[in-house]
Amino acid sequence: MNYIIKKENNYLIVSVIGDVDISLTDSLREDVDRALAEYKDVNRLVFDLAEVDFVDSAGLGVILGRYKRVTAKGGKVYLAGAKPQVKKVLDLSGLPHLMEIYSSVDLLLDKIG
Amino acid sequence: MNKAVLEFSSRRENVAFSRIAVAALAAQLDFTLSDLEEIKVAVSEAVTNAIIHGYENHPDCMVRLEIKIVEEFMEIEIIDTGKGIKDITRALEPAYSTDPERMGLGFAFMQSFMENLNVSSSPGKGTRVKMSRRAGTPGRKAVSEQ
Ligand SMILES: Nc1ncnc2c1ncn2[C@@H]1O[C@H](COP(=O)(O)OP(=O)(O)O)[C@@H](O)[C@H]1O
Ligand SMILES: [Mg+2]
Repeated sequence: MNYIIKKENNYLIVSVIGDVDISLTDSLREDVDRALAEYKDVNRLVFDLAEVDFVDSAGLGVILGRYKRVTAKGGKVYLAGAKPQVKKVLDLSGLPHLMEIYSSVDLLLDKIG
Repeated sequence: MNKAVLEFSSRRENVAFSRIAVAALAAQLDFTLSDLEEIKVAVSEAVTNAIIHGYENHPDCMVRLEIKIVEEFMEIEIIDTGKGIKDITRALEPAYSTDPERMGLGFAFMQSFMENLNVSSSPGKGTRVKMSRRAGTPGRKAVSEQ
């Protein structure tokens, strides 16, 4: 499996594993959107990137797209655990201006959970 | 001089294949691991563009990848014979995309992570993206060509 989607209280945590490029993005987008539609009480979406080794603009596009959906309903999106090479691509894209970034999911849940 | 030429189907699973192949060859040079990660992003962007824009997601076309190494200098060309780019100057602008679902950051990443980027294209004929980088130097600087 390339990602695991789980619900905790009003959080949806998407843990992605490996390389996130165009070969993964369609199914990732569909599955996250399905989960968001199913769990009506979820208003916080967390992308756990700790196990991500590679991301390009296709992967970032999925994050930005979900950000638009979730924030349109008053929710929030968080990014957690990005490795340095992933963080570099995130920083260049400007996404960190839109969402809060944490060094791990545990830290994030401690802080806001 | 060391050269490699690869041709592969325009299938999405081949994007990983292409960037890993380039990184494996680039590892012969004095690139750091962080450099190699950057080069992988640049290749991934160019090959993804060939597949989704050039060939409009048809999986049975061929993407051509040419790699040339001269001492510590590496040049990579990604070539498709797909639909081509009408306005290269606009295409190179950060955040410009002909697809509203996409970020328009592909060329911006290629420019940031490589030293030189050169795009030539003709509508209906295809696109050639040439980018290069010298081991031991960080990226940046861009040139476009009609
Ligand atoms: N190989 C290609 N063939 C045809 N059009 C391309 C190609 N590469 C890029 N383009 C065009 O240039 C635009 C910008 O590319 P890019 O910066 O990678 O952004 P994105 O892929 O997110 O749209 C694309 O939206 C597309 O219209
Ligand atoms: Mg692109």
